[in-house]
Amino acid sequence: MNESLGLPFQSPDARPFWEGAAQKRLRLQRCTGCGRARFPAAWLCPHCHASGGEWFDARPQGRVHSWTIVRRAANPAWRERVPYVLAIVDMADGVRMMGNVLGADALEVAIGDPVEVCFEERGALRVPQFRKVAA
Amino acid sequence: MKRGESRTGVIAGVGESDIGKLPEMSGLALNAQAAERALRDAGLTFADVDGLLTAYTLTEPYFMLGTVMAEYLGLKPRYCASVSAGGASPGIMLRHALEAVASGACEVVLICAGENRATGLGRDAAVSALSVVGHPAHESPYGVLIPALYALVAQRYMHEWGVTREALAAVSVSARANAAMHPNAHMRTPIAMRDVLDAKPVADPLGLLDCCLISDAAGAIVVTRADRARRAGRPPVWVAGLGEAHTHEHLVAAPSLTSFGSAESGRRAYEQAGIGPGDVDFAWLYDCFSIVPLIEAEELGLAPRGQAGELFLSGASRFDGRLPINTDGGLLSHAQAGAGGGIFGFVEAVRQLRGECGPRQVRRHGVALVHNEGGVMSSHVTAILAADGAL
Repeated sequence: MNESLGLPFQSPDARPFWEGAAQKRLRLQRCTGCGRARFPAAWLCPHCHASGGEWFDARPQGRVHSWTIVRRAANPAWRERVPYVLAIVDMADGVRMMGNVLGADALEVAIGDPVEVCFEERGALRVPQFRKVAA
Repeated sequence: MKRGESRTGVIAGVGESDIGKLPEMSGLALNAQAAERALRDAGLTFADVDGLLTAYTLTEPYFMLGTVMAEYLGLKPRYCASVSAGGASPGIMLRHALEAVASGACEVVLICAGENRATGLGRDAAVSALSVVGHPAHESPYGVLIPALYALVAQRYMHEWGVTREALAAVSVSARANAAMHPNAHMRTPIAMRDVLDAKPVADPLGLLDCCLISDAAGAIVVTRADRARRAGRPPVWVAGLGEAHTHEHLVAAPSLTSFGSAESGRRAYEQAGIGPGDVDFAWLYDCFSIVPLIEAEELGLAPRGQAGELFLSGASRFDGRLPINTDGGLLSHAQAGAGGGIFGFVEAVRQLRGECGPRQVRRHGVALVHNEGGVMSSHVTAILAADGAL
Protein backbone atom coordinates (compact mmCIF):
# COMPACT_ATOMS: atom_id res chain seq x y z
CA MET A 1 0.00 0.00 0.00
CA ASN A 2 1.25 3.43 0.86
CA GLU A 3 5.02 3.70 1.16
CA SER A 4 4.75 7.32 2.25
CA LEU A 5 3.28 6.13 5.57
CA GLY A 6 6.83 5.06 6.34
CA LEU A 7 8.86 1.95 5.76
CA PRO A 8 10.24 0.07 8.73
CA PHE A 9 14.00 0.10 9.20
CA GLN A 10 15.29 -3.32 8.18
CA SER A 11 17.77 -4.56 10.76
CA PRO A 12 19.55 -7.86 10.11
CA ASP A 13 18.53 -8.75 13.69
CA ALA A 14 14.90 -8.87 12.61
CA ARG A 15 15.14 -10.53 9.18
CA PRO A 16 13.01 -13.58 10.18
CA PHE A 17 10.39 -11.21 11.62
CA TRP A 18 9.99 -9.45 8.25
CA GLU A 19 10.19 -12.67 6.25
CA GLY A 20 7.39 -13.97 8.45
CA ALA A 21 5.35 -10.79 8.05
CA ALA A 22 5.66 -11.08 4.25
CA GLN A 23 3.90 -14.45 4.63
CA LYS A 24 1.36 -12.98 7.09
CA ARG A 25 2.91 -14.84 9.99
CA LEU A 26 3.92 -13.27 13.29
CA ARG A 27 7.36 -14.63 14.10
CA LEU A 28 9.12 -13.74 17.32
CA GLN A 29 12.42 -14.63 18.88
CA ARG A 30 12.73 -16.70 22.04
CA CYS A 31 15.79 -17.09 24.23
CA THR A 32 17.23 -20.60 24.23
CA GLY A 33 18.66 -19.88 27.70
CA CYS A 34 15.76 -18.54 29.79
CA GLY A 35 12.94 -19.27 27.34
CA ARG A 36 11.52 -15.74 27.33
CA ALA A 37 10.27 -14.21 24.09
CA ARG A 38 11.88 -10.90 23.20
CA PHE A 39 10.94 -7.94 21.05
CA PRO A 40 12.52 -6.14 19.28
CA ALA A 41 14.84 -8.86 18.05
CA ALA A 42 18.43 -8.78 19.26
CA TRP A 43 21.67 -10.73 19.21
CA LEU A 44 21.36 -11.45 22.91
CA CYS A 45 18.60 -11.82 25.47
CA PRO A 46 18.00 -8.57 27.38
CA HIS A 47 16.73 -10.62 30.34
CA CYS A 48 19.47 -13.24 30.88
CA HIS A 49 22.03 -11.99 28.30
CA ALA A 50 22.44 -15.40 26.69
CA SER A 51 23.38 -14.98 23.04
CA GLY A 52 21.37 -16.42 20.20
CA GLY A 53 17.74 -17.37 20.13
CA GLU A 54 15.18 -19.32 18.15
CA TRP A 55 12.40 -17.95 16.00
CA PHE A 56 8.90 -19.32 16.48
CA ASP A 57 5.40 -18.68 15.17
CA ALA A 58 3.89 -16.53 17.87
CA ARG A 59 0.23 -16.41 18.83
CA PRO A 60 -1.21 -13.40 17.00
CA GLN A 61 -3.55 -12.49 19.87
CA GLY A 62 -3.14 -9.80 22.47
CA ARG A 63 -4.88 -7.21 24.63
CA VAL A 64 -4.69 -3.44 24.43
CA HIS A 65 -2.34 -2.18 27.15
CA SER A 66 -2.77 1.46 26.20
CA TRP A 67 -4.10 3.47 23.28
CA THR A 68 -4.44 6.95 21.91
CA ILE A 69 -6.42 8.48 19.08
CA VAL A 70 -4.09 10.66 17.04
CA ARG A 71 -5.93 13.71 15.72
CA ARG A 72 -3.09 15.80 14.31
CA ALA A 73 -0.44 14.18 12.15
CA ALA A 74 2.77 15.86 11.05
CA ASN A 75 3.17 13.94 7.83
CA PRO A 76 0.78 14.40 4.87
CA ALA A 77 0.30 10.66 4.33
CA TRP A 78 -0.82 10.18 7.93
CA ARG A 79 -2.94 13.33 7.81
CA GLU A 80 -5.27 11.44 5.47
CA ARG A 81 -5.76 8.80 8.14
CA VAL A 82 -6.60 11.02 11.12
CA PRO A 83 -8.18 10.25 13.46
CA TYR A 84 -6.32 6.97 13.84
CA VAL A 85 -5.64 4.68 16.78
CA LEU A 86 -2.14 3.98 18.03
CA ALA A 87 -1.96 1.20 20.59
CA ILE A 88 0.46 -0.79 22.69
CA VAL A 89 -0.59 -4.42 22.88
CA ASP A 90 0.33 -7.09 25.42
CA MET A 91 0.87 -10.12 23.21
CA ALA A 92 -0.08 -13.62 24.31
CA ASP A 93 3.57 -14.70 24.24
CA GLY A 94 4.64 -12.02 26.69
CA VAL A 95 6.05 -9.23 24.54
CA ARG A 96 4.61 -5.78 23.97
CA MET A 97 4.06 -4.49 20.41
CA MET A 98 2.91 -1.21 18.93
CA GLY A 99 0.58 -0.78 16.01
CA ASN A 100 -2.56 0.86 14.73
CA VAL A 101 -5.92 -0.63 15.55
CA LEU A 102 -7.69 -0.81 12.21
CA GLY A 103 -11.33 -1.35 11.32
CA ALA A 104 -14.67 0.43 11.54
CA ASP A 105 -14.85 0.02 15.33
CA ALA A 106 -11.26 1.10 16.01
CA LEU A 107 -12.13 4.47 17.58
CA GLU A 108 -14.10 2.71 20.33
CA VAL A 109 -10.90 1.07 21.57
CA ALA A 110 -10.41 0.57 25.32
CA ILE A 111 -7.70 -0.77 27.60
CA GLY A 112 -8.05 -4.54 27.88
CA ASP A 113 -9.74 -5.00 24.50
CA PRO A 114 -8.77 -8.26 22.81
CA VAL A 115 -7.11 -7.73 19.43
CA GLU A 116 -5.40 -9.86 16.85
CA VAL A 117 -2.67 -9.22 14.35
CA CYS A 118 -3.51 -8.45 10.74
CA PHE A 119 -1.04 -7.36 8.08
CA GLU A 120 -0.92 -4.16 6.08
CA GLU A 121 1.02 -3.86 2.85
CA ARG A 122 3.69 -1.19 2.99
CA GLY A 123 5.75 -0.94 -0.20
CA ALA A 124 7.15 -4.40 -0.87
CA LEU A 125 6.76 -5.30 2.81
CA ARG A 126 3.95 -6.16 5.17
CA VAL A 127 3.76 -4.61 8.64
CA PRO A 128 1.80 -6.15 11.50
CA GLN A 129 -1.29 -4.21 12.56
CA PHE A 130 -4.22 -4.98 14.88
CA ARG A 131 -7.95 -5.33 14.71
CA LYS A 132 -10.43 -5.80 17.49
CA VAL A 133 -11.93 -9.25 18.03
CA ALA A 134 -14.80 -10.50 20.17
CA ALA A 135 -13.80 -11.27 23.75
CA MET B 1 28.31 22.78 53.72
CA LYS B 2 31.43 21.09 55.03
CA ARG B 3 33.21 19.87 51.96
CA GLY B 4 36.61 20.28 50.45
CA GLU B 5 35.97 23.51 48.62
CA SER B 6 39.00 23.01 46.40
CA ARG B 7 37.87 19.54 45.36
CA THR B 8 34.14 20.00 44.89
CA GLY B 9 32.38 21.30 41.81
CA VAL B 10 29.53 23.77 42.24
CA ILE B 11 27.29 25.81 40.00
CA ALA B 12 28.90 29.23 39.75
CA GLY B 13 26.68 30.86 37.15
CA VAL B 14 23.68 30.37 34.89
CA GLY B 15 22.29 32.16 31.87
CA GLU B 16 19.58 31.97 29.29
CA SER B 17 19.39 33.43 25.80
CA ASP B 18 16.58 35.56 24.51
CA ILE B 19 13.57 33.28 24.08
CA GLY B 20 10.73 33.11 21.56
CA LYS B 21 10.73 33.28 17.79
CA LEU B 22 14.07 34.82 16.88
CA PRO B 23 14.75 34.37 13.16
CA GLU B 24 17.85 36.57 13.34
CA MET B 25 19.54 34.16 15.77
CA SER B 26 21.20 30.87 14.73
CA GLY B 27 21.16 27.94 17.12
CA LEU B 28 24.85 28.42 17.83
CA ALA B 29 24.27 32.14 18.44
CA LEU B 30 21.61 31.36 21.04
CA ASN B 31 24.11 29.10 22.81
CA ALA B 32 26.78 31.79 22.64
CA GLN B 33 24.42 34.39 24.10
CA ALA B 34 23.42 32.06 26.96
CA ALA B 35 27.08 31.17 27.57
CA GLU B 36 28.16 34.80 27.68
CA ARG B 37 25.42 35.58 30.21
CA ALA B 38 26.23 32.54 32.37
CA LEU B 39 29.93 33.41 32.47
CA ARG B 40 29.17 37.01 33.37
CA ASP B 41 26.84 35.69 36.08
CA ALA B 42 29.72 33.58 37.43
CA GLY B 43 32.17 36.47 37.32
CA LEU B 44 34.25 34.55 34.78
CA THR B 45 35.13 34.96 31.10
CA PHE B 46 35.49 32.73 28.06
CA ALA B 47 39.24 32.77 28.73
CA ASP B 48 38.63 30.91 32.00
CA VAL B 49 36.76 28.04 30.32
CA ASP B 50 38.81 24.87 29.85
CA GLY B 51 35.94 22.38 29.68
CA LEU B 52 32.90 22.37 27.40
CA LEU B 53 29.86 20.11 27.34
CA THR B 54 26.95 20.42 24.99
CA ALA B 55 24.21 18.19 23.61
CA TYR B 56 22.93 17.95 20.02
CA THR B 57 20.89 19.93 17.52
CA LEU B 58 18.10 19.03 15.13
CA THR B 59 18.06 22.37 13.35
CA GLU B 60 21.61 22.81 12.09
CA PRO B 61 23.71 20.24 10.24
CA TYR B 62 26.55 19.76 12.73
CA PHE B 63 27.68 16.28 13.66
CA MET B 64 30.18 16.69 16.53
CA LEU B 65 28.46 19.50 18.36
CA GLY B 66 30.99 19.63 21.22
CA THR B 67 33.89 20.69 19.04
CA VAL B 68 31.59 22.67 16.73
CA MET B 69 30.54 24.73 19.73
CA ALA B 70 34.14 25.09 20.91
CA GLU B 71 35.15 26.36 17.48
CA TYR B 72 32.22 28.81 17.36
CA LEU B 73 32.93 30.14 20.85
CA GLY B 74 36.67 30.40 20.18
CA LEU B 75 37.55 27.85 22.84
CA LYS B 76 40.25 25.19 22.84
CA PRO B 77 39.09 23.12 25.79
CA ARG B 78 41.01 20.25 27.34
CA TYR B 79 37.73 18.53 28.21
CA CYS B 80 34.93 18.45 25.63
CA ALA B 81 32.03 16.20 24.60
CA SER B 82 28.50 16.17 23.29
CA VAL B 83 25.82 14.25 25.16
CA SER B 84 22.76 12.81 23.45
CA ALA B 85 20.12 11.85 25.99
CA GLY B 86 17.20 14.02 24.91
CA GLY B 87 15.72 16.11 27.69
CA ALA B 88 17.92 14.37 30.25
CA SER B 89 21.09 15.70 28.61
CA PRO B 90 21.56 18.81 30.81
CA GLY B 91 21.37 16.86 34.07
CA ILE B 92 23.80 14.29 32.71
CA MET B 93 26.14 17.04 31.53
CA LEU B 94 25.99 18.61 34.99
CA ARG B 95 27.13 15.34 36.56
CA HIS B 96 29.99 15.00 34.08
CA ALA B 97 31.04 18.59 34.72
CA LEU B 98 31.04 18.11 38.49
CA GLU B 99 33.10 14.95 38.18
CA ALA B 100 35.53 16.57 35.73
CA VAL B 101 36.11 19.45 38.11
CA ALA B 102 36.39 17.18 41.16
CA SER B 103 38.92 14.94 39.41
CA GLY B 104 41.02 17.86 38.28
CA ALA B 105 40.48 17.11 34.58
CA CYS B 106 39.63 20.78 34.17
CA GLU B 107 38.73 23.83 36.23
CA VAL B 108 35.84 25.65 34.58
CA VAL B 109 33.23 23.75 32.59
CA LEU B 110 30.74 25.55 30.40
CA ILE B 111 27.56 23.54 29.76
CA CYS B 112 25.28 24.84 27.07
CA ALA B 113 22.26 23.49 25.22
CA GLY B 114 19.42 24.72 23.06
CA GLU B 115 18.64 25.51 19.47
CA ASN B 116 16.50 27.63 17.14
CA ARG B 117 13.77 25.03 17.02
CA ALA B 118 10.93 27.49 16.35
CA THR B 119 12.31 29.37 13.38
CA GLY B 120 15.04 26.95 12.28
CA LEU B 121 12.66 24.04 11.91
CA GLY B 122 9.03 25.06 12.31
CA ARG B 123 6.32 23.16 14.12
CA ASP B 124 5.47 20.47 11.59
CA ALA B 125 9.09 19.80 10.75
CA ALA B 126 9.95 19.67 14.46
CA VAL B 127 7.14 17.20 15.18
CA SER B 128 8.17 15.16 12.16
CA ALA B 129 11.89 15.21 13.02
CA LEU B 130 11.10 14.07 16.52
CA SER B 131 9.25 10.98 15.31
CA VAL B 132 12.75 9.45 15.18
CA VAL B 133 12.32 8.92 18.90
CA GLY B 134 10.07 6.00 17.96
CA HIS B 135 11.66 2.62 17.26
CA PRO B 136 12.55 2.77 13.54
CA ALA B 137 11.12 -0.66 12.77
CA HIS B 138 8.41 -1.31 15.33
CA GLU B 139 7.00 2.13 16.28
CA SER B 140 7.73 4.81 13.68
CA PRO B 141 5.88 3.08 10.80
CA TYR B 142 2.61 3.52 12.71
CA GLY B 143 2.23 7.28 12.48
CA VAL B 144 4.05 7.88 15.73
CA LEU B 145 4.70 11.40 16.94
CA ILE B 146 6.03 12.33 20.34
CA PRO B 147 2.70 13.57 21.74
CA ALA B 148 1.17 10.21 20.77
CA LEU B 149 3.88 8.28 22.63
CA TYR B 150 3.30 10.38 25.75
CA ALA B 151 -0.45 10.01 25.25
CA LEU B 152 0.01 6.23 25.47
CA VAL B 153 1.80 6.77 28.78
CA ALA B 154 -0.91 9.18 29.97
CA GLN B 155 -3.80 6.89 29.07
CA ARG B 156 -2.36 3.91 30.94
CA TYR B 157 -1.16 5.96 33.92
CA MET B 158 -4.58 7.61 34.27
CA HIS B 159 -6.29 4.21 33.99
CA GLU B 160 -4.07 2.63 36.64
CA TRP B 161 -3.91 5.42 39.21
CA GLY B 162 -7.17 7.29 38.67
CA VAL B 163 -5.58 10.53 37.48
CA THR B 164 -8.17 12.88 35.94
CA ARG B 165 -8.09 14.93 32.75
CA GLU B 166 -8.47 18.04 34.92
CA ALA B 167 -5.28 17.18 36.80
CA LEU B 168 -3.36 17.25 33.53
CA ALA B 169 -4.93 20.56 32.54
CA ALA B 170 -4.08 22.06 35.93
CA VAL B 171 -0.39 21.45 35.22
CA SER B 172 -0.59 23.63 32.11
CA VAL B 173 -2.60 26.33 33.87
CA SER B 174 -0.10 26.49 36.74
CA ALA B 175 2.86 26.65 34.38
CA ARG B 176 1.34 29.59 32.55
CA ALA B 177 0.49 31.41 35.78
CA ASN B 178 4.12 31.10 36.87
CA ALA B 179 5.42 32.10 33.43
CA ALA B 180 3.37 35.30 33.63
CA MET B 181 5.80 36.39 36.37
CA HIS B 182 8.92 35.61 34.31
CA PRO B 183 10.14 38.46 32.09
CA ASN B 184 11.81 36.14 29.53
CA ALA B 185 9.15 33.40 29.27
CA HIS B 186 7.97 32.53 25.75
CA MET B 187 4.24 32.44 26.62
CA ARG B 188 2.95 34.71 29.38
CA THR B 189 -0.75 35.19 28.64
CA PRO B 190 -2.69 33.46 31.44
CA ILE B 191 -4.88 30.48 30.52
CA ALA B 192 -7.78 28.86 32.34
CA MET B 193 -8.64 25.19 32.71
CA ARG B 194 -11.36 25.60 30.09
CA ASP B 195 -8.74 26.79 27.57
CA VAL B 196 -6.71 23.64 28.08
CA LEU B 197 -9.72 21.31 27.91
CA ASP B 198 -11.06 23.04 24.78
CA ALA B 199 -7.73 23.35 22.96
CA LYS B 200 -7.32 21.49 19.69
CA PRO B 201 -6.92 17.78 20.41
CA VAL B 202 -3.56 16.28 19.43
CA ALA B 203 -3.52 12.70 20.72
CA ASP B 204 -6.13 11.73 23.31
CA PRO B 205 -6.05 12.72 26.13
CA LEU B 206 -3.52 15.42 25.18
CA GLY B 207 -4.53 18.67 23.52
CA LEU B 208 -2.40 21.48 22.19
CA LEU B 209 -2.01 23.18 25.59
CA ASP B 210 -0.88 19.91 27.18
CA CYS B 211 2.13 19.96 24.86
CA CYS B 212 5.31 21.95 25.40
CA LEU B 213 6.25 24.95 23.32
CA ILE B 214 8.64 24.97 20.41
CA SER B 215 11.03 27.86 21.05
CA ASP B 216 14.23 29.44 19.93
CA ALA B 217 16.19 29.28 23.18
CA ALA B 218 19.38 28.15 24.85
CA GLY B 219 20.64 27.95 28.40
CA ALA B 220 24.05 27.66 29.99
CA ILE B 221 25.58 26.60 33.30
CA VAL B 222 29.09 27.27 34.59
CA VAL B 223 30.61 24.67 36.90
CA THR B 224 33.83 25.23 38.78
CA ARG B 225 35.39 24.46 42.16
CA ALA B 226 33.70 26.05 45.15
CA ASP B 227 36.77 28.06 46.12
CA ARG B 228 37.11 29.44 42.61
CA ALA B 229 33.41 30.38 42.47
CA ARG B 230 33.82 32.26 45.74
CA ARG B 231 36.95 34.01 44.48
CA ALA B 232 34.94 35.21 41.48
CA GLY B 233 32.52 36.76 43.95
CA ARG B 234 29.53 34.44 43.62
CA PRO B 235 27.94 32.31 46.34
CA PRO B 236 28.22 28.71 45.09
CA VAL B 237 25.10 26.65 44.52
CA TRP B 238 25.77 23.10 45.68
CA VAL B 239 24.68 19.92 43.96
CA ALA B 240 24.04 17.93 47.10
CA GLY B 241 22.74 14.86 45.30
CA LEU B 242 22.41 13.65 41.75
CA GLY B 243 20.89 10.37 40.63
CA GLU B 244 20.28 8.85 37.22
CA ALA B 245 18.21 5.93 35.98
CA HIS B 246 17.87 4.69 32.41
CA THR B 247 15.30 1.94 31.94
CA HIS B 248 14.59 1.76 28.20
CA GLU B 249 14.53 3.88 25.08
CA HIS B 250 11.47 2.68 23.19
CA LEU B 251 8.02 2.37 24.67
CA VAL B 252 7.59 -1.23 23.41
CA ALA B 253 10.58 -2.14 25.58
CA ALA B 254 9.65 -0.06 28.65
CA PRO B 255 9.43 -2.21 31.78
CA SER B 256 6.18 -0.44 32.70
CA LEU B 257 3.92 2.41 31.64
CA THR B 258 2.92 3.10 35.22
CA SER B 259 6.21 3.25 37.08
CA PHE B 260 9.40 4.69 35.71
CA GLY B 261 13.07 5.43 36.39
CA SER B 262 12.33 8.69 38.19
CA ALA B 263 11.63 6.78 41.42
CA GLU B 264 15.14 5.31 41.28
CA SER B 265 16.94 8.49 40.16
CA GLY B 266 15.14 10.34 42.95
CA ARG B 267 16.05 7.74 45.55
CA ARG B 268 19.71 7.99 44.56
CA ALA B 269 19.67 11.80 44.68
CA TYR B 270 17.91 11.98 48.06
CA GLU B 271 20.27 9.39 49.50
CA GLN B 272 23.37 11.25 48.37
CA ALA B 273 22.00 14.54 49.68
CA GLY B 274 20.90 12.94 52.95
CA ILE B 275 17.41 14.39 52.67
CA GLY B 276 13.90 13.24 51.80
CA PRO B 277 11.07 14.65 49.70
CA GLY B 278 9.76 16.58 52.70
CA ASP B 279 12.93 18.69 52.75
CA VAL B 280 12.43 20.03 49.21
CA ASP B 281 11.45 23.72 49.20
CA PHE B 282 10.59 23.94 45.51
CA ALA B 283 10.91 21.79 42.41
CA TRP B 284 11.42 21.95 38.69
CA LEU B 285 9.92 18.91 36.98
CA TYR B 286 10.48 18.21 33.30
CA ASP B 287 7.14 18.97 31.63
CA CYS B 288 7.30 18.18 27.92
CA PHE B 289 3.66 17.12 28.34
CA SER B 290 1.24 17.85 31.17
CA ILE B 291 1.13 14.22 32.31
CA VAL B 292 4.87 14.12 32.99
CA PRO B 293 5.18 16.40 36.07
CA LEU B 294 2.30 14.47 37.67
CA ILE B 295 4.16 11.18 37.25
CA GLU B 296 7.46 12.71 38.35
CA ALA B 297 5.98 14.37 41.44
CA GLU B 298 4.53 11.01 42.49
CA GLU B 299 7.65 8.99 41.69
CA LEU B 300 9.82 11.52 43.51
CA GLY B 301 7.67 11.30 46.63
CA LEU B 302 6.33 14.85 46.43
CA ALA B 303 2.76 13.49 46.30
CA PRO B 304 1.10 10.11 46.90
CA ARG B 305 0.56 7.94 43.81
CA GLY B 306 -2.35 9.21 41.74
CA GLN B 307 -2.65 12.43 43.74
CA ALA B 308 -0.11 14.86 42.29
CA GLY B 309 -2.96 16.63 40.52
CA GLU B 310 -3.89 18.17 43.85
CA LEU B 311 -0.58 20.10 43.93
CA PHE B 312 -1.55 21.82 40.69
CA LEU B 313 -5.34 22.06 41.20
CA SER B 314 -4.92 23.62 44.66
CA GLY B 315 -2.39 26.25 43.59
CA ALA B 316 0.36 24.72 45.78
CA SER B 317 2.54 24.62 42.67
CA ARG B 318 2.36 28.39 42.09
CA PHE B 319 5.44 30.43 42.95
CA ASP B 320 3.71 31.58 46.15
CA GLY B 321 2.25 28.15 46.98
CA ARG B 322 3.16 25.41 49.43
CA LEU B 323 5.43 23.53 47.00
CA PRO B 324 6.29 25.79 44.07
CA ILE B 325 6.83 23.79 40.86
CA ASN B 326 8.27 25.13 37.61
CA THR B 327 8.35 28.74 38.75
CA ASP B 328 9.71 29.82 35.35
CA GLY B 329 6.77 28.25 33.51
CA GLY B 330 8.63 25.13 32.44
CA LEU B 331 8.67 23.68 28.95
CA LEU B 332 4.93 24.30 28.76
CA SER B 333 5.24 28.09 29.00
CA HIS B 334 8.83 29.32 29.47
CA ALA B 335 10.80 27.57 26.69
CA GLN B 336 11.39 24.27 24.98
CA ALA B 337 14.26 24.03 22.53
CA GLY B 338 15.42 20.44 22.33
CA ALA B 339 18.20 19.52 24.69
CA GLY B 340 17.90 23.04 26.08
CA GLY B 341 14.56 22.20 27.68
CA GLY B 342 15.91 20.70 30.87
CA ILE B 343 18.71 23.21 31.32
CA PHE B 344 16.25 25.94 32.27
CA GLY B 345 15.35 23.92 35.36
CA PHE B 346 18.88 24.48 36.63
CA VAL B 347 18.88 28.12 35.56
CA GLU B 348 15.66 28.80 37.46
CA ALA B 349 16.59 26.75 40.53
CA VAL B 350 19.94 28.54 40.88
CA ARG B 351 18.29 31.95 40.60
CA GLN B 352 15.63 31.02 43.15
CA LEU B 353 18.20 29.52 45.54
CA ARG B 354 20.19 32.77 45.35
CA GLY B 355 17.01 34.73 46.04
CA GLU B 356 17.18 36.76 42.83
CA CYS B 357 13.72 36.18 41.42
CA GLY B 358 12.01 39.39 42.48
CA PRO B 359 8.23 39.19 42.15
CA ARG B 360 8.25 35.40 41.53
CA GLN B 361 10.73 34.63 44.33
CA VAL B 362 9.67 31.58 46.33
CA ARG B 363 9.52 32.05 50.10
CA ARG B 364 11.64 29.09 51.22
CA HIS B 365 14.64 28.70 48.96
CA GLY B 366 17.25 26.52 50.61
CA VAL B 367 16.76 23.23 48.79
CA ALA B 368 15.59 22.65 45.22
CA LEU B 369 14.84 19.49 43.28
CA VAL B 370 15.42 19.57 39.52
CA HIS B 371 14.32 16.64 37.39
CA ASN B 372 15.27 16.10 33.74
CA GLU B 373 13.72 13.38 31.59
CA GLY B 374 14.58 12.21 28.09
CA GLY B 375 13.13 9.94 25.43
CA VAL B 376 9.72 8.64 26.42
CA MET B 377 10.20 8.45 30.18
CA SER B 378 13.45 6.68 29.27
CA SER B 379 16.31 8.60 30.89
CA HIS B 380 15.93 10.29 34.25
CA VAL B 381 18.19 12.61 36.22
CA THR B 382 17.24 14.02 39.60
CA ALA B 383 19.40 16.70 41.18
CA ILE B 384 19.15 18.17 44.66
CA LEU B 385 20.51 21.70 44.64
CA ALA B 386 21.25 23.63 47.80
CA ALA B 387 21.91 27.27 48.54
CA ASP B 388 25.28 27.96 50.15
CA GLY B 389 25.00 26.94 53.79
CA ALA B 390 21.55 25.37 53.46
CA LEU B 391 22.61 21.73 53.74
